[in-house]
Amino acid sequence: MSFVPTSNAFKENAAGALKDVPLQEALGIARHHSIQTRLNTVAKMPEFESLRDIGRDLKNHIIANLDHYLLQFEQSVIDRGGKVHWCPDGESARAKVLEICRTVNAKTVTKGKTMIGEEIGINDFLFANGIEPVETDLGEYIIQLRGETPSHIIGPALHVTKAQVEETFRAAHTDLDPKRNLDDAATLMAEAREKLRAGFLKADVGITGANFLIADEGATTIVTNEGNGDLTQTLPRIHIVLASIEKVVPSLKDAMTLLRILARSATGQEQSVYTTFSSGPRRPSDLDGPEEFHVVLIDNGRSAYLGSDLEEMLRCIRCGACLDHCPVYHSVGGHAYGWVYSGPIGSLLTPMLVGVENAKPLPNASTLCGRCESVCPVRIPIPKLLRNWREREFSRAITPQTERSGLWFWAFMAKRPLLYRLVTRIGARALFNLAGQHGRLSSAPLASGWTKHRDLPATQGRTFQEQWKAKKGARS
Amino acid sequence: MSTSGTGRDRMLASIRAGISRQADRRHGEPAPSKPTPLIPARATAPGVDVVGLFRTQLINAKATLDEVASRDDVPAAVARYLANNNFEARVRLSPDARVSSLPWDKAPMVETSSGRSHGNDPTSVTPAVAAVAETGTMVLQSSDGTPTTLHFLPDQHVVVIAKSQIVGTYEDALARVKRGPDGSLPRTVNFVTGPSRSADIGKILLMGAHGPKKLHVIVVDGEL
Amino acid sequence: MTSQPGTAQLNPQGPFKAGANVALFVTCLVDLFRPSVGFAAVKLLEEAGCRVSVPDAQTCCGQPAYNSGDRKTAVDIAKQTIAAFEAFDFVVAPSGSCGGMIKHHYPQLLAEDAVWGPRAEGLAARTYELTQFLAEQCGKTDFGARLSGNCTYHDSCSSLREMKVKAAPRDLLKQVAGLTLTEMEETDACCGFGGTFCIKFPDVSNSMAARKVATIDATGADLLLAGDLGCLMNLAGKMKRDGSRVQVRHVAEVLAGMTDEPAIGEERNS
Repeated sequence: MSFVPTSNAFKENAAGALKDVPLQEALGIARHHSIQTRLNTVAKMPEFESLRDIGRDLKNHIIANLDHYLLQFEQSVIDRGGKVHWCPDGESARAKVLEICRTVNAKTVTKGKTMIGEEIGINDFLFANGIEPVETDLGEYIIQLRGETPSHIIGPALHVTKAQVEETFRAAHTDLDPKRNLDDAATLMAEAREKLRAGFLKADVGITGANFLIADEGATTIVTNEGNGDLTQTLPRIHIVLASIEKVVPSLKDAMTLLRILARSATGQEQSVYTTFSSGPRRPSDLDGPEEFHVVLIDNGRSAYLGSDLEEMLRCIRCGACLDHCPVYHSVGGHAYGWVYSGPIGSLLTPMLVGVENAKPLPNASTLCGRCESVCPVRIPIPKLLRNWREREFSRAITPQTERSGLWFWAFMAKRPLLYRLVTRIGARALFNLAGQHGRLSSAPLASGWTKHRDLPATQGRTFQEQWKAKKGARS
Repeated sequence: MSTSGTGRDRMLASIRAGISRQADRRHGEPAPSKPTPLIPARATAPGVDVVGLFRTQLINAKATLDEVASRDDVPAAVARYLANNNFEARVRLSPDARVSSLPWDKAPMVETSSGRSHGNDPTSVTPAVAAVAETGTMVLQSSDGTPTTLHFLPDQHVVVIAKSQIVGTYEDALARVKRGPDGSLPRTVNFVTGPSRSADIGKILLMGAHGPKKLHVIVVDGEL
Repeated sequence: MTSQPGTAQLNPQGPFKAGANVALFVTCLVDLFRPSVGFAAVKLLEEAGCRVSVPDAQTCCGQPAYNSGDRKTAVDIAKQTIAAFEAFDFVVAPSGSCGGMIKHHYPQLLAEDAVWGPRAEGLAARTYELTQFLAEQCGKTDFGARLSGNCTYHDSCSSLREMKVKAAPRDLLKQVAGLTLTEMEETDACCGFGGTFCIKFPDVSNSMAARKVATIDATGADLLLAGDLGCLMNLAGKMKRDGSRVQVRHVAEVLAGMTDEPAIGEERNS
């Protein structure tokens, strides 16, 4: 039911993205914006690097005690009158959500932004079962109208230009005057606000994600800038929280560590506008709030990676900083990655969630430049983990045969220095002679990948080792 | 993963299997312990002007600020805020006494009512648990006198606090949340740092996405 | 680096002294494509007071295998390199990438190996990128070079983030008479080389290179320098294909005053 990945077509997807003019415009705007705002904000927090260390250590501690904290969380939720539903996979989670919606004959469900909801394809599933899901995050709303998936963890409509938003709204809001002026972004936002307000007030169920689950308080946490998540979880009769297992944190004090690094990493804000802790349904004397509070705890393959060489990816707090700083993402955007998560973290998570055989190119679609790791708030060693995926691909013979043969041939020589020097001597001469006076080659045997977009600089005729030998001979 | 048993049993079994793999990888080393949280010095260092920091950070968060001498001055300050910005002279108050018992008769032009919001209140006036200097954040909670809908549905949200409610850090503010008899958190605790906003259209930052378009804070020098 | 019991004799690194035995890790790209960089490195090291050797048994640091998931081959090559270099006081590479492989990745690759793990750590502790070694270990930044022009410097990702090299090449270039340095925007962004990445994903790599070239062009520099031949070949290849007049060289050539050879990818006049 969830979205079928096209990650194996990364190269083709990327080629399309590189030719997509509006996308390239949108990516350019986003790149300039996000890098600088993060830098400015981080500069105002001298403890930022220490907070990152603590965030990493905290997450490692949680991952080593995950059963304990989840059970504590469950008990705390029950104590406050809420319910916890343990769902090993997407299918059981979808079924549980539908079951809860059916208890109140829900017709409309409002949704706050939830990546796990995207991951399990909850929208399509509810729709197929006669329930209308309404995305309320502005970016999610835009892509829902366009029938797209998010292209960024925190900016789902990052790939859409303002002009495209206008087109989308004109096509979708057919009840409004077609001649209305939608020239500026403020008017577009006001129109979405108006449209969604009606949705908030009529929804029977509100579904949100969770940035954190506070174990000792039984509280879930959402962090937003728009306030849509709060309307989603306050107005309907039922509040359903979709959360993956690694979101649990021991206490509010620990959550503060992550809150102090999340917004700074994500949007370059000192703090997001709304951080809300929700525990249980409304209290008897409360004047508003939902009557039921359900937490759907979802594993969906994560626990299988505990204790593995890829475990550290479970530290991720979904800030999107690795996307914002990734030169590959800057070139191709999120959709080229072919599934829900994109960028460096997407290249780690997608193989985990859809199977590495369905996401073969992703761990390889990185120069391992390390800029992602340098900004990750919980210091996930993304290049190392990408390499670990590559090792799994290599050992399971997922790596393409041509590449394996090339590597084998290269390794055979590299492990035999005498042979290596002989072959490189021949190669140095050959490339030098092929280039002639020109100094570079616009095509060369076996180098089409290189010469498609660049020339190949020529050699200088003789290898260093050959010349060094000759010099040393002359010296002694 | 085993396919028998309840989802809960299967998930816990799989998680525990993973945790024993971790133990194997650690070669007998203990599991990582929980680190001690670090509270930034910005609002806690000796000599920090917490109120001054709050003022600066509140403005940085794109909220507006008014300061009055006593609780009796609040209704006039609200009336002034509405008039100066050309907002409708009608406010929805939290039933909480800190707001509803203010001398609203001193602002006869302002129509008041109290209770939760159903989505047709232009402006709300609410109290807060505390205000946090480190990022200019208002901390609000749900209770029988402070409905959460007033924090999100109106176009303008006015928060009234006493100066003594301004604290340095989130931790200080959380310590002031009024808990249930069993020690539990209220249904909702909101950290609010400025008015609602979005940059989802072309990365252009705009105020007033879904929540209040304006956040206005009135600080009372005396008690509320 | 964590020192392990019983490995002290494998880790003779102390402060640099004149006459130290330095092994040059030439790098496979310099060996094959641009030996002049190797000779420039030798000259700089000798002027800084080192006794330079070039161990025979070196080929490549093993990154192609390591980054392609072929761990076994990477381990084999790591051992071969460690054996060839561990007798020397220091290992210096005119590349942050190969330096980073020896310094950071060999110890990780061999961490579980009771014999080779400590040997890898020992070698790692004595391994440096060239400009870093000259400026920080030898304490020498002025090599008397002259070159008139305006250059810009590209930080390779591994130099910057693995070897933490940022100031050293700039400190050295400041001493080159007649040369000015204009920094480009986003100096920490990758050029799109990425080893085999640029061959596997040529279109994406090209887009990354194009962004980098735009920032280079914006400086108005007539000379692009860097400390890694991989980045330089990628950028020179891209810039020459697009008809750029900017010359591209390894920083060592300029520092050593050895700019007789045509710049990377330039025509030779003979």
